[in-house]
Parts: sequence; C-alpha cells; structure tokens
Amino acid sequence: MSTLNLRACTCVAVIASAAWGSVRAQEGPGLGVAATPEQVVGWAISILPDGTGLPAGSGTAAAGAEVYAEKCVACHGVDGAGMPNDQLVGGHGTIATATPVRTIGSYWPYATTVFDYIRRAMPLVAPQSLTNDETYALTAYLLHLNGIIDEGDVMNARTLPRVEMPNHDNFVRAVP
Amino acid sequence: MRETTSQTASQLLEPVAGNGLLHRRLFLTGGAALVGAAGLEFMTVRPAAAAPPDVPAWMKTPGAGMSAYGARSRHEEGVVRTVGTTPGTIGTGASRTPLERLEGIITPGALHFERHHNGIPDIDPAEHRLLIHGLVDRPLMFDLESLSRYPLVSRIQFLECSGNSGGNNAPEAPQQSAGGIHGLVSCSEWTGVPLGVLLEEAGVRRAARWIVAEGADAAAMSRSIPKLKALDDAIVAIYQNGERLRPGNGYPMRLFLPGWEGNACVKWLRRVQATSEPAMTKDETSKYSDLMPDGKALLFTFPMGVKSVITSPSGGLSMHGPGLYQISGIAWSGAGRIRGVEVSADGGQTFAAAALEGPVLPKALTRFRMPWRWDGGTAVLQSRAIDETGAVQPTRQALLAERGAPFRYHYHAIQSWEVSPEGGVRNVYA
Repeated sequence: MSTLNLRACTCVAVIASAAWGSVRAQEGPGLGVAATPEQVVGWAISILPDGTGLPAGSGTAAAGAEVYAEKCVACHGVDGAGMPNDQLVGGHGTIATATPVRTIGSYWPYATTVFDYIRRAMPLVAPQSLTNDETYALTAYLLHLNGIIDEGDVMNARTLPRVEMPNHDNFVRAVP
Repeated sequence: MRETTSQTASQLLEPVAGNGLLHRRLFLTGGAALVGAAGLEFMTVRPAAAAPPDVPAWMKTPGAGMSAYGARSRHEEGVVRTVGTTPGTIGTGASRTPLERLEGIITPGALHFERHHNGIPDIDPAEHRLLIHGLVDRPLMFDLESLSRYPLVSRIQFLECSGNSGGNNAPEAPQQSAGGIHGLVSCSEWTGVPLGVLLEEAGVRRAARWIVAEGADAAAMSRSIPKLKALDDAIVAIYQNGERLRPGNGYPMRLFLPGWEGNACVKWLRRVQATSEPAMTKDETSKYSDLMPDGKALLFTFPMGVKSVITSPSGGLSMHGPGLYQISGIAWSGAGRIRGVEVSADGGQTFAAAALEGPVLPKALTRFRMPWRWDGGTAVLQSRAIDETGAVQPTRQALLAERGAPFRYHYHAIQSWEVSPEGGVRNVYA
C-alpha cells in the first residue's frame, strides 16, 4: 500500500474511532452568547461550491480588467502571468508533467473559490476592501484570461457556481 | 561482580550495526563509564592551559536583579529561527525552529515555527470573538474570558506544516541545517477547550458533516475540517507551554488538530461554520492538496506521516575528533505513538534500534538516542521511524517514486547526513 493511501486510511480510521461519547460526557458552563442574524451575516464570508454565501452584485471581464490594472498587476503581472507573486493564468496541460504550473485555470477545481479568496484576502495590502461588484468583475476577468468564460459573460450569484473548471475532475477527496 | 560488569560492558561495546553503532543501552547502564576500563580511548584530555581562572569575575560581584519576564543568556542569542519571507510581502512566509540547537521534546514558545499568509495580527482579546454558526440550532459567540472558564484539557503534541522538509525535493541536496530543512515542526503543551463542547453547546446538527474554520488575520485563512475530527480531539487552544498563545501562534485562540497538518490548525480562530460540504477554500484546493504524478490531486490529506530526523550530528555542525558520540534526534507520527526508531551509520546498509527517551506520547515528538563510536572516516547517518500503526518512514527514493517530483507537501522521507573525515556534516541524498 502506498504511503498516501495508507495516510488516507489512517485518516478514515481516526474519524471512525471518533469519541462522541467522551465529548458529550463533558459539560461546559454554557457561556456562549447568542449571535444575532445580523452579526452572523456580517461575519460569514465563506462561499461554498454550490454558491451558498455569494452576495448580490455582478461583474464582467471588462470591468475586472480595470480593477486588475489598478490593484493586482503589481504582484501578479500583466494578464496574470505572475511575478513577483503567484501566476494566475496559463499552465494548461502542465499539471500531469514533471513541472506543473498551478494556476486558477490549470489547477483550481472550483470557480467559487476565486471569489471567496479575492474577497477575503486580496489585495494583500488592503484585504476586504473590494466591493462585491469589483470582486465579481475580477473573478470574471481571471476566468476569461484562462479561457474558461467568454468576455461578455456576467458573473453573479447565479452564474458563478455553474462555471465548470477544466481541472475539476482530477481532484480526489481523501475524506468523503 | 566486577567480572560480570565487565562482560556487560564489553558486550555493550560490541558494534550492533555497521560503522560503529553501539548498543542503545550503553549510556543507560553506565557502560560508557567503563569504556576506559575496556581499553578504548574515547575522550581527549584537554590541556590545563585552557582552564578558566580559579575564581571567575561573576563570583566577585553581586549578580543581576530579577526580571518580570525572563530572558535567555546573552551567550545563547545565536539560537534563532530561520526566517523566510515571500518577496513583495512583509509577513507572508515561514520561520523554522532551529532543531539542531535544541534538546528534549518541548519547543520553547519563542522558537516555535510559524507560517503566516499575511502577517501576524495584533489582536485585542477584548475585541475578539469566536463565532460558531451554520448548521447549528443556536449561533453563539465566545470570548477569551469565557473560554478560560470552560474545563480545559492539556496535551503535549507536535505541530508540523505539511510543507516541511520539501527542500529535500530539490535535485541537489540543500546545504542547510536540520532546522533549515525540517524546522517546520515543533512540539508544545497545548491547553484549551475541546471544540466538541462548544459545537454541542451551539447544537450542531446531524446534517453538518464539516466545519469551516477561519482566522482573524489579514488573509482570513480558512480550512474545512471533517466534523468527526472536530468532535474527536480538536481543541480551541488558548495556552501554549503554560502561557497564553504567542501572537505568531494564534493569540488569543487557535484551532489545534492533533496529528494533522499545521495549515488546518487555523490561528487567530474567529469563526467556525458548520456545513454539509467542505468550502473548497483556496488553501485546501490550490495549495495544500497533493498533486500526484498522474495529474490527480488529493484533497484533505490531513494526517502527518511517520517521520524522524537526526538533530545531532546534523548539517552544519562539526565533529570534534574520533571517539564516542551520542546521536540524538526526534521522531513523530500523526497516527499516534512512535513504536521505534532505527539508526544507520553506513547509509542505510545496516540499522540498529535506538533508545526512545520517555515520555513517548501519541502525536508528540519523541526523542531518540544512540551511542556511536566514530572512527574518523566517512559515515552517512540515517534514522528510520516506525509508529504504533506499523507505518514505516520511507526512503527518499521510495517516496519520490510514489509521489513524483517535484511535490510540495507531506515529504517525510529518511534524512541522510554525511560525516566527512574532516568532521563536517552535510545533507546528502543516499
């Protein structure tokens, strides 16, 4: 058995032996404070692959190109070519080679992850400063540069989860 | 009696494997003290001229006063982490524990490795909350003060970045120290509240099969964790080695998942969302996934593999002439306890069992030691760990054959250190 398969099995074994009883036997003092729906909405920024969490708003590649030129190009290069930081575009066909180039287009399995990550963490010097429209637009721009959507495609809460990423089927979950 | 002891000593001085490895019990039984009686010269008597004055200066004047928070000797200030920062950023990168300069199994807080994705936040605990929401009956918020009132649990356990040791993937062996190559592993006593207690208080629903954990840093780093791990042994850690977490390790609270890759142990924990499916975050898909040679990529390979490394002698350190040495190193496994460590001095041709120093704890660093008589010739030192599940640390060749090259995460192959006749020690692929 390969090391990785072994590790996956170990993972499952650990989970199978999870000590429900021991956790439930422990009683906490119950000090949690109720969070209001408004607080939860304000804090919850995770986007799930089915689109859960995507906000209102929309954007296209053309609008995204403007935001990119202003806030992204210094770190990610012209057209997402990379340098000094991650390459975002290209690398198609390299993943199964000895020199894989992992980009949004060549590697990432879900388009929703692009929106989620840009909104929570980019630009590096001013995270969580972009509007939802800017984030949708940047997402559209990067997907278009990678040849995944057309230039005029509008990205929003309805369309983004439907985008099929080229490398999606090559991901295998070690935990079901 | 004397004869019996001598026989024992001489038996212990019989090499147990190639190139001078001696029985692991040599030091434990006091056998080393009998080495002289056995007619073997292991020590060099230094000339008297090297001795310090009869009464040193610090015995002739009162010492320094006490301090409110201690500092190490100024003579030890060279024991530091190796810091690497991503170009164009301030706080993105990693710092590595100087494993070759430490002993035992506990990593001092100031030398614990760190890996950050956009710097270390300066968090005011009064303004920090942990929100638990999603597929729960009652969304709840907790602050540091309230968590401190919960029943706490403490465990000594390792933490390892899954990118640790990846430098040994390079075509040429990197000429770095043990810490420079393998220093993204550390071991602490972690104290905190079982996450399961908090999830139960919030009324986590059966439909929830995952949780999404998120940090309060400028990357809002997030990872999806199977709920069963969260309910098994995950804790929200609020103390490390007896004191509050350090900012670089998640102050005021972090997720700690025993035996699982460090990236999933989200620092500055701010939000736990119970979900039916993983969020497929950037870090768990585009980064911390295991790309295989056939182009398939494994998601959620959380447990860290069985591993060991000799920390003394190791890369960049120097030998001090032929004689008796104690090989010392650390072993660990994300699957549980270390069952044994074998050491080789001839590049893996022959191995012999090392002594494991207690305590041997599950998912913790375990210190191993091995007596070695270095004859002054070229030697290649290796260690090979086996854990309680029977998993054996692979050779570099075997791991690369399976994983292809280059790969980024979960490198846990056997490390080879070459000792030269001049006494230098360097990293080699043996």
